[in-house]
Amino acid sequence: MIFYHFFSNPWVVFALKLAAVFIFFLTAPLVLGYVEHKGLAHMQSRLGPMEAGKFHGWAQLIADGVKFIQKEDIVPDAADRRIFMLAPMVVIIPVSLVFLVIPFGPASLSCHAPVGAGGCGFWGENFDVGVFFVLAISAISVIGMLMAGWASANKFSLIGAIRGAAQLIAYELPLVLAASAVSMQAGTLSLVGIVEAQKSYWFVFPQIVGFFIFVIASLAELSRPPFDMPIADSEIIFGHMTEYTGIRFGLFLLSEYAGIVSLSAIAVVLYLGGWHGILVPIPGPLWTLAKIGALSFLVIWLRATYPRLREDQLQKMAWKYLIPIALVNILLTMIFKVVF
Amino acid sequence: MAVTELPTAGMLPGGPGEGVQVIIAGNELPTHEMTLSIGPQHPSTHGVLRVVLTLDGERIDTATPVIGYMHRAFDKLSEARDYRQIIALSNRHDWLSAFGNELGVALATERLMSLEVPERAQWIRMLMAEWNRVLNHLMFLGSFGLELGAMTPMFYAFREREDIQTLMEMATGARMHFTYCRVGGLKEDLPKGFLKYSEVLVKRIRHRLLDYQGLLLGNEIFKKRTVGIGVLPGEVAKSYGVTGPILHASGVAEDSRKTEPYLKYSEVDFDVPTGEHGDSFDRFNVLYHRIEQSLRIIEQVHDKLPPGPVMPGKMPKYLKPPEGWTYVRTENSLGETGYYLVSRGDTMPWRLKMRTPSFHNVSMIPYLLKGVLLPDLIAVLGSVFFVVGDVDR
Repeated sequence: MIFYHFFSNPWVVFALKLAAVFIFFLTAPLVLGYVEHKGLAHMQSRLGPMEAGKFHGWAQLIADGVKFIQKEDIVPDAADRRIFMLAPMVVIIPVSLVFLVIPFGPASLSCHAPVGAGGCGFWGENFDVGVFFVLAISAISVIGMLMAGWASANKFSLIGAIRGAAQLIAYELPLVLAASAVSMQAGTLSLVGIVEAQKSYWFVFPQIVGFFIFVIASLAELSRPPFDMPIADSEIIFGHMTEYTGIRFGLFLLSEYAGIVSLSAIAVVLYLGGWHGILVPIPGPLWTLAKIGALSFLVIWLRATYPRLREDQLQKMAWKYLIPIALVNILLTMIFKVVF
Repeated sequence: MAVTELPTAGMLPGGPGEGVQVIIAGNELPTHEMTLSIGPQHPSTHGVLRVVLTLDGERIDTATPVIGYMHRAFDKLSEARDYRQIIALSNRHDWLSAFGNELGVALATERLMSLEVPERAQWIRMLMAEWNRVLNHLMFLGSFGLELGAMTPMFYAFREREDIQTLMEMATGARMHFTYCRVGGLKEDLPKGFLKYSEVLVKRIRHRLLDYQGLLLGNEIFKKRTVGIGVLPGEVAKSYGVTGPILHASGVAEDSRKTEPYLKYSEVDFDVPTGEHGDSFDRFNVLYHRIEQSLRIIEQVHDKLPPGPVMPGKMPKYLKPPEGWTYVRTENSLGETGYYLVSRGDTMPWRLKMRTPSFHNVSMIPYLLKGVLLPDLIAVLGSVFFVVGDVDR
């Protein structure tokens, strides 16, 4: 009984959920990073890491992390010291907050949590405005990017940061428009509500256009190939990250991979039916993870396949094609919603 | 809104419209020019080339290549080396087409000494030169993709290069600086199994070239990045002395293997692939098709290779070409490499002047980069095929 009382304490539940989200936030990017190392390597007819941890280099990223921590944290002389040091945090915190609201599985046990702990189920928090929250919060990281680029006192960094900001402004719009069509169809802004609305069919079928727009726009937001101009290494060294070393650079990298996981997770929730599976009877959270993994793999796959677009071509694509199509998509969704 | 009169930058004084251009102030954001120094250490310049750019936003106003970081005085060093030693030296200025370089030196010396090179040696030289060309072009195929952000072709190119290097190693014992040519012939005959592996490799590489077709040439994004970028008209190319694939891409099919055949190039059947527009895509396309042509030549060498010795029976102990000079043109991987060799009857040349294709290719950079966007710098630089060691020598 003491057990029951312990877990019904909202503070305990709160702490546990926070710890779980934090652990997921730290491990998922590592797993993804390893998959990228090995996946890319095998697509490119090489082996990838083989030494660290004895078995197929599984500990490579842990070793990398240790290396980042050990390295000297250099701040260039001309840099704006405080902003330079703050920028990685501004990038990484919004990404970690996204995981707070991603629903991984349904409430399978009978609900004991008191009101105020965010309901129950495999999610951190069930906001009424979940979609709004994730999209708004994930857009904050671009401020960190701009801070890093400006404070580095490096021309390459500056060009990279400005490109990143321009890219985000252009692609936030189709992203939001595509997502709002989904919440219109579901009739709710809550992420849990959206997943529950997909019980009979996944939204990827009626919203196939929106899904493509969402994936393309997420790739651009993450500045992943083929939209990696903000960090185009052959042009501007490494964009806003050029001057960073040690753990701060590591944080940028971590946030990139966490970003892939988080946006894949959002796409899974919005379009791929979240924890609702087909055919294979495995628990809901595993379904969610499997779908996130599949989408993240797609992101890696694209990196092995495509060269980089040019910045102006990217902008043209957003403003001339994606946004109008997304608007038409919303219009159609509205009509169907009203008619049927 | 204030109305001001400003002459526009590109307008000639006294020309039509001078001084009457009306710009509404505030309509355009005033921008400062930014000077950006790309290189000598920069991921996209493969080697220590430095390009100083003045940028207006992301648009390049002027581009000035700064060369000389890799100057190693090859011409001068050659004046203090024996003719046989120069061959080892010449391997190194363009490290991607080592065999082509040593071939040129050997040809020049032989011509000066009026040496007769055995038939078999000439055919084998051609075989090696073409394999070296494939080796070189694969490198540029891969790195061009890498600079545009496509990682995979680079690794594929290295996979193929690995195979070819193994082949070259069988005959020469080296993977990069072959030093296989000798004045008068070759170091030694081909080892057992070489031709068989060579035949296998031709088939394998021809098949694997399709990968590049899919990943780059047929890729929509790749086309978007390269078609119409860095257009080089044939006339301009000629006036800059540009040769090789870049000249061919501009529609001029000048190839010294055709126009002034050396070795046995007149006895094999091959085409000089040319482009139409002279843009980055055409240059890349020409490079790709040059590999196919090289493979064609290699196949013909397999069939026609005659038996016999690879060195003339009797060679003098000291190579002392008679007094005189000669100029040898060879179509090296990146273009025409010329050797101007002056002898005063000594064991060492009095002067050896190399005309290297990379130097002339790099001289195109200011012309090609004017007015393009910073991201296109990569598409242009990557398609102006050069090796920095070959620029500076």
